[in-house]
Amino acid sequence: MEHSNWKNFKSGVWQNEINVRDFIQQNYTEYTGDESFLAGASNRTKELMEKVQSLFDLERQYGGVLDIDTATVSSPTSYSPGYVDKPNELIVGLQTNRPLKRGIAPFGGIRMARQACEAYGYTLSRKIEEEFQYRTTHNDGVFRAYSDEMRAARKSHVITGLPDAYGRGRIIGDYRRVALYGVDRLIEEKKTDKAALSLSSFDSPQIRLDEELFKQISFLGKLKEMADMYGYDISEPASNAREAIQWTYFAYLAAIKEQNGAAMSLGRVSTFFDIYIQRDIDAGILDEEGAQELLDQFVMKLRMARHLRTPEYNELFGGDPMWITEAVGGMGEDGRTLVTKSSFRILNTLYTLGASPEPNLTVLWSKRLPEAFKKFCAKVSIDTDSIQYENDDLMRPIYGDDYAIACCVSAMRIGKEMQFFGARCNLAKLLLIAINGGYDAESNMHIGPQMSVLEGEKLDYTEVTDRLHIYTEWLAKLYVNTMNIIHYMHDKYCYEKIQMALHDTVVHRYMAFGIAGLSVVADSLSAIKYASVYPIKNENGYITEFNTVGDFPKYGNDDDRVDLIARDAAHDFITELRKTPTYRNSEHTLSVLTITSNVAYGKNTGATPDGRAAKTPFAPGANPMHNREENGALASLNSVAKIRYEDCRDGVSNTFSITPEALGREAGERVQNLTAILDGYFAKKAHHINVNVLNRETLIKAYEEPSAYPNLTIRVSGYAVNFHKLSKEQQKEVISRTFHEAM
Amino acid sequence: MSVKGKISSIQSMGTLDGPGIRYVVFLQGCNLRCGCCHNPETQSFEGGTEYTAEEIVGKAERFKAYFGNEGGITLSGGEPILQPEFSAEIFALSKENGINTCLDTSGSLLNDGIKKLLSLTDRVLLDIKYPTDELYKKYAGCSIEAPLNFLKYLNGQGIPTTLRQVIIPTLNDTDENIEFLKGIIKKHPCIDKTELLSFKKICKAKYDNMGIAFPFEGIPTPSAKLMEELQSKL
Repeated sequence: MEHSNWKNFKSGVWQNEINVRDFIQQNYTEYTGDESFLAGASNRTKELMEKVQSLFDLERQYGGVLDIDTATVSSPTSYSPGYVDKPNELIVGLQTNRPLKRGIAPFGGIRMARQACEAYGYTLSRKIEEEFQYRTTHNDGVFRAYSDEMRAARKSHVITGLPDAYGRGRIIGDYRRVALYGVDRLIEEKKTDKAALSLSSFDSPQIRLDEELFKQISFLGKLKEMADMYGYDISEPASNAREAIQWTYFAYLAAIKEQNGAAMSLGRVSTFFDIYIQRDIDAGILDEEGAQELLDQFVMKLRMARHLRTPEYNELFGGDPMWITEAVGGMGEDGRTLVTKSSFRILNTLYTLGASPEPNLTVLWSKRLPEAFKKFCAKVSIDTDSIQYENDDLMRPIYGDDYAIACCVSAMRIGKEMQFFGARCNLAKLLLIAINGGYDAESNMHIGPQMSVLEGEKLDYTEVTDRLHIYTEWLAKLYVNTMNIIHYMHDKYCYEKIQMALHDTVVHRYMAFGIAGLSVVADSLSAIKYASVYPIKNENGYITEFNTVGDFPKYGNDDDRVDLIARDAAHDFITELRKTPTYRNSEHTLSVLTITSNVAYGKNTGATPDGRAAKTPFAPGANPMHNREENGALASLNSVAKIRYEDCRDGVSNTFSITPEALGREAGERVQNLTAILDGYFAKKAHHINVNVLNRETLIKAYEEPSAYPNLTIRVSGYAVNFHKLSKEQQKEVISRTFHEAM
Repeated sequence: MSVKGKISSIQSMGTLDGPGIRYVVFLQGCNLRCGCCHNPETQSFEGGTEYTAEEIVGKAERFKAYFGNEGGITLSGGEPILQPEFSAEIFALSKENGINTCLDTSGSLLNDGIKKLLSLTDRVLLDIKYPTDELYKKYAGCSIEAPLNFLKYLNGQGIPTTLRQVIIPTLNDTDENIEFLKGIIKKHPCIDKTELLSFKKICKAKYDNMGIAFPFEGIPTPSAKLMEELQSKL
C-alpha cells in the first residue's frame, strides 16, 4: 500500500499491516552526538509558556483546581474546542473548552465524581445525577459482586488503592498509529477483524470482544469528529512533523477525555516524531528552532492535562499526577540505539519550558547507550530532578524494542499488550495480622483465617514465617479474585474504547499486583531472626508493640542476610498470586511501588518488630527504610538490586536522593559520577531509579514557604511532583528520607 | 592467612576521595591530631572493627560495576600507612581484581612497609597541611619534613599524586602558603592535580557526640569567594 503522505519513507511491512515498530526501524536516524545542536525556546514558545505558567499559578491560588464543568460528562466530543492563545498555538486541543478546567468522568463511579466536586466547593449537576440513576457505573458493578471478605480486606486497608471507583488506567494506546495511518485505515482494519471474528463460534469471550470492537470503531469515529471540531481532518496519514505530532496528540487527548484512569501514559513517541522532523528538515521546511518549538508546544499541552480527583485519592497518589509517561532512548534489537535528536529535544523541554513533573520522562538506560546521551541525561537529572531511569537491558529481551512504560515502572509492548492495574497489599500489616492470628488491631477487625495469637515470650523466626505464609496464601487468593471482579466490571461498564482501538484486536494482558512495606517486613523478619523481639500484648491479649533487643542486619546495607529476606518475600508473594487464575487469562505480575501511598499505608499500620513506630510512614517502593543505610549510597542500591525483576515484572521502584556535593566537586565530575552510578546499578540487574540531586535544606525552605518555590520538582516514587502539590504530611515524609551526603 | 586490620567505617560511595566513584575504607588510628580533622572517631587506636584484607576486597568487589574507567578503592582514615601490611594486601588483592587503588594520607612516615604499599598504589592523595614547620608542629603534630620527604619519594617513583590542602582561615589562607604550594608543585612533577578544600564545621557534631572539644571551633570557615581566589592563584 502506498500513500502520498508517506513520500520519502522507506517501505516495509508497515505499509501492509499496522506495524509502527517496523516503520520506525526502517526510517529512523540514530544520533550518537552530544546536545550542542539543540536550540532554545522560540519567542512564540516563551510567550505561550508565560500564559500557561500564569494559569498554573492561578490554579495553585485556587487551591489546586481552577474550574470544574459540573454539567457535562467528559467525552471526546462533548466540549467545544478550547485554546490558550489560539494564534500562537502550533499544537491545539484541550480536555474541556477552557484551559485547566476539569471535566466529569462518572463512568468509573458517580460517587467519586460527586465527592470530588464537593471537595472543591462545586455541586455535580442535577442532570448528570439524574442520568446516572439509570446507568450502571464500574463502581456500581464492582460493589454488586464484592464478597464480605473483599469488603473487609478493603476496609481494614490490608489491600489499598483498588481501582474500583474510577478509571483503572495503565493502558497505553498506540497513539502514533493515528499519525502514521490516519483514522480511516484504522477503522478499516478493525472492521476486518470484526468480520473475521463473526466466523468463529460465539461464546461469551467472543461476544465480549465483538461488542468491544463495535465500541472501538465507534470511538475512532468520535476521534475524527473531535479533530474536525478543531479544524483538522485526521482520516488520512499525517503529512509533516507538525501534523504527526498533532494527530498523535489528538489521539491521546481523546483518550484522556474519555477515561480518567489513574495513569494515562503516552508511550514512546519522540523517536517516532523524529522521523517526521528529520524528513521536514531534509526537505528544508523545518529548522532546529522549529523542531524544538513543535516538541515544546506538544509538551506544554501535556503539562496542562488534568483529572478531577478526591482528597482521599490524593492521599494515595499525591501531587495531581497523570503519569503521562514517555519512554526515551533505549537500544534496538539490531544493536543500533533508538536515541535520536528528538530524544534530546524532548529532554530539552525541561530547559526550554523549565523543570516539570509531566510528562513523566523515563530514560530507558542501556550500557550501550551513546556516551553523549548518557551524559546529557545525567546533566538533566542534576539540573532538574525531573527524569527517571529504567533498565532497557533487562526489559528489551522480554518486551522487544518497541515497549513503553505505563505509570511509573510497568513495561508493555505498545499496542500489543495491556495491563489490569490493581492496588497493593500492605505486607507489613499482613505480618501483624498473621502474628495476631487474624486480627488487625488498627481497624479492630477480625480478618482471614482465625487462629491463636502467637504464644511465647520471644518471637520465633520459623513460627512467624510459617504463620506469614498461611496468611499470604489467604490474601493472595482474595486479592486475585478481587482484581478479577474489578476488571470484569471495568470492561463491562467503563471500557477504554479509544485506547483499545489503538491496540491490536488480540492483545496480551497482564494483571498487575503490588506490595507495600517490603523494607519494613524484611527488617522486621531480620530483627526476629538476628535480634530478640519480645511482643507486648494489649489488654485484649493482642500483640500491638514489640520490644526489640540487640542489633540486626538492615535492608539497604548490601547485607545478604536481610536483603535475601526481602527478595524472598517478593518471590513468595508472586508465587502465591500465580496459584489463582485471573480474568481473561492475564499474566500475573507484581510491583514494589507505592506512589506516595507509603505515608497512608504507614498510617494504617501498627508498630512493627523492626522498631518502626505505629502509624509512621513506610519507605517508598522498594527503598530501604529512611536513614537505616549505614554504608552509603551504593550499598543501598545493591540491596534494592537484589529484588528480582522476574518476580516483580511490574517493576521495582527505587527513589534515590543525593546532595550535589556528594556527587562530586564540580559539574563535569558530577555528570561523570552519576553516569557511573547508573551504569553500575543497572549492570546489577536493577530495574528502576528516580534520581534527585538536591539538598534537604531546599525542601525544608519549600515546605515553609511554598509560594517561593512554585516549580520545585522532585521525583517521589516512579513519578515526579511539584513539591508544593504534596500534602504537608507527604512533604514531611519526603524531607525525612535518606539523602546521601558528602562526609 | 590474610592480614587483619582495623577499620573505623566504610562508605560504599565516595566521590571526593580520588577519581570517579570510590569505595572508601576508613582505617582506625592516626598519629596526628589535626584541629580540622573531620573524622575524630578514627583517631584513636582503640576501637574499630577487625577485618581481613580479603574481606575488605571481597566487599569492594560488589561495587566494581559502579567504578567505570576511573573509580576504585580508596584507603583513608585515620592513617592507612600506619597499617602498611594490611593496606598493602588490600591493594595487592585489589590490583589482582582490576580495581584501581588510591591512598589518602598525610605522609608523615616512610619506611619499607610503606614503600611496599606505595608500589601497589595507583594514586596518592597527599595532604600538605601548612607551609611552615612551626604550624605543622603546633596544629598537626609532626615536622613538615616528613610529608615533604614522602612527596620526594612519590616523585622519585613517579606515582601520580593529588595535592590536597584544607584552607583554614587565619592559619593558611595566605599568599605565602600559595607560593609555598606553587613551589612544591613545580618541584614535583608527580603532582598532576591540586585540590584546595574548605575547612568545614559539619563534623562538630561528631566531636560533641564523643564528648571532646572541637579544636578549631573558634575559626571561621572560608568564604566561597576566598576559595575561588586562592584556587585561581595556583
